Amino acid sequence: MTRENATGRGLNAVEVRGLVKHFGETKAVDGIDLDVREGTVMGVLGPNGAGKTTLVRMLSTLLVPDAGTATVAGYDIVRQPRQLRRTIGLTGQYASVDEKLSGRENLYMIGRLLDLPRARARQRADELLERFSLTETAKRAAGKYSGGMRRRLDLAASMIGRPSVLFLDEPTTGLDPRTRNEVWAEVHNIVADGNTVLLTTQYMEEAEQLARELTVIDRGKIVAEGRVPELKAKVGGRTLEIRPVEQGDLAPMAEALSERGLDGVGGATPDERTGIVTVPILSDEQLTAVVGLLAARGFPIADITTHLPSLDEVFLAITGQKATHQDEYSHEEAAA
Amino acid sequence: MTTTTAPGSMGTTPSPEPAPVRRRGDEGRIGIRANLRHIGALSRRNALQIKQDPESMMDALLMPIIFTLLFVYVFGGAIGGGTDGGRDEYTNYLLPGMMAMMGMNIAMAVGTGMNEDFRKGVMDRFRSMPIARSSVLIAKVVVEIGRMLITIMVLLAVGFIVGLDIEGRWLGLLAAIGLTTVFGASLVWIFMLLGLTMRTAQAVQGISFVVLMPLQFGSSIFVPTQTMPGWLEAFTDVNPLTHVANASRGLMMGEGAVAVPALWTVVWSVGLTAVMAPVAIAKFRRKT
Ligand SMILES: Nc1ncnc2c1ncn2[C@@H]1O[C@H](COP(=O)(O)OP(=O)(O)OP(=O)(O)O)[C@@H](O)[C@H]1O
Ligand SMILES: [Mg+2]
Repeated sequence: MTRENATGRGLNAVEVRGLVKHFGETKAVDGIDLDVREGTVMGVLGPNGAGKTTLVRMLSTLLVPDAGTATVAGYDIVRQPRQLRRTIGLTGQYASVDEKLSGRENLYMIGRLLDLPRARARQRADELLERFSLTETAKRAAGKYSGGMRRRLDLAASMIGRPSVLFLDEPTTGLDPRTRNEVWAEVHNIVADGNTVLLTTQYMEEAEQLARELTVIDRGKIVAEGRVPELKAKVGGRTLEIRPVEQGDLAPMAEALSERGLDGVGGATPDERTGIVTVPILSDEQLTAVVGLLAARGFPIADITTHLPSLDEVFLAITGQKATHQDEYSHEEAAA
Repeated sequence: MTTTTAPGSMGTTPSPEPAPVRRRGDEGRIGIRANLRHIGALSRRNALQIKQDPESMMDALLMPIIFTLLFVYVFGGAIGGGTDGGRDEYTNYLLPGMMAMMGMNIAMAVGTGMNEDFRKGVMDRFRSMPIARSSVLIAKVVVEIGRMLITIMVLLAVGFIVGLDIEGRWLGLLAAIGLTTVFGASLVWIFMLLGLTMRTAQAVQGISFVVLMPLQFGSSIFVPTQTMPGWLEAFTDVNPLTHVANASRGLMMGEGAVAVPALWTVVWSVGLTAVMAPVAIAKFRRKT
């Protein structure tokens, strides 16, 4: 368990202890402990139904927990909801903008609800419309926006009040790569200003891009947590796929890599059927060394790709129980 | 778990981590000015929704026209004794009371739209923001009052066209509009509560209709109550719509007592609001 903050270095923007929320038989959140240091990004990963949204809704005072405690910016989520709401911003998983209002009117309204003076609220709305590439559609009713546009409006809405703690529930689901990068850049800005972000995601890449620490939850419980490199090391990092020009080079290439000890933990595996040698890669240095060796030996190479472990692979590596996991799900559903 | 317990301090128990409470003394209360600002912003939202969806104003605009024409020309002749003068007399009798009827109909429409509105995602955003939950409902009442005033204006315009004559009692007219609106606002709370309690818009509509008809017709809005049988007159005498209609009639036409029905109207309005508003707000808090 990571509790570096117990040492007193820096404050925790979010502190969760033994948080529980059950919906009837469903243990949506089942005893979660979590610390998010001020000024950092915490990524919460988990498959569908893991309890991510339930966790975020409790932390943003939309749901009352059944047990456990949590503070956000030092305020208790149950006893001090009003103070807490002043310091947070929330982008929920589902759109929470007024569909009948235009993008600009939505943002202006939120500015006013956050006690910005009229002129300031207008200015801030325009600023955020610009930043999320919504200026052109600012006058159209939000209900007529595309999914990605609505998502961006939602994100903009949660940032109007410059919250010191921002909750983002799957912020980039459904966004195209360009706007996804814009959102990522925005999250970096927010954190650079000393604010804290807790985001949930299904994408390892997103977690890697944004978060310093990750918490992986499944069925309401934490199954892994730590810094991104730590988790990646557990999973075995990236996989390198090399396709030689000559099919006949497959075995000699794998052999050459093994000789030099460059084949990582899993070993270099030649696959005759796909014509690819796969090598688990733990570091950039190893990647460079592998490429260097192949070049030095003069193997003609048609293609080299690396691929990151998917969330699935993280689970597989961390829990090693992917199959049973799926089975239990259908079991529970049948029982319900 | 590591701790930074100073050397030589007692034991190894880590000191409990006190929550860093900032803004000491801040209870998070929302001041009255802020509250009014929030209600303003939310009312603006409701008004913009109407602008975006102008059909939602149709009933408010058409209802007064249709009802006035119907009652004045269908019943006016018969009730007025078959003469044009009789019809004019009936118009002058009817119009003040119809303001109350319009208020009630507008209020009723609130209940039916309630559930849809509060199931929308934007409610989640409001709930995660530092605003009083009540301001969402109060903003709704504010906009409905606006809608009521528009309806009353249309009603009066049609009324003047078909022969309403208040003989220069403009102040009385203003007072009557004020009383009617205050009463209408208290009804909005009832129907809002009904809308929050019942599951579907249809159910709300059904109930509202059943309540509305006897209240409207069992009052002094359309005809004087003296011709009604005793048991019915007993009902119309306590029916708040009778008081509102009589008060308006007194103020606009100079006929009949003003003070007593006006007082009753205020008592009913304040009473209904005092009871219904807190219940509706509590219900809304629990529901959303
Ligand atoms: N209001 C509710 N009533 C009943 N069950 C609920 C409710 N909200 C969530 N659940 C259940 O709690 C569990 C966790 O749901 P949650 O939405 O938190 O998952 P999630 O991790 O956000 O999933 P996803 O990735 O699909 O968004 C699920 O089994 C879900 O069915
Ligand atoms: Mg979710």
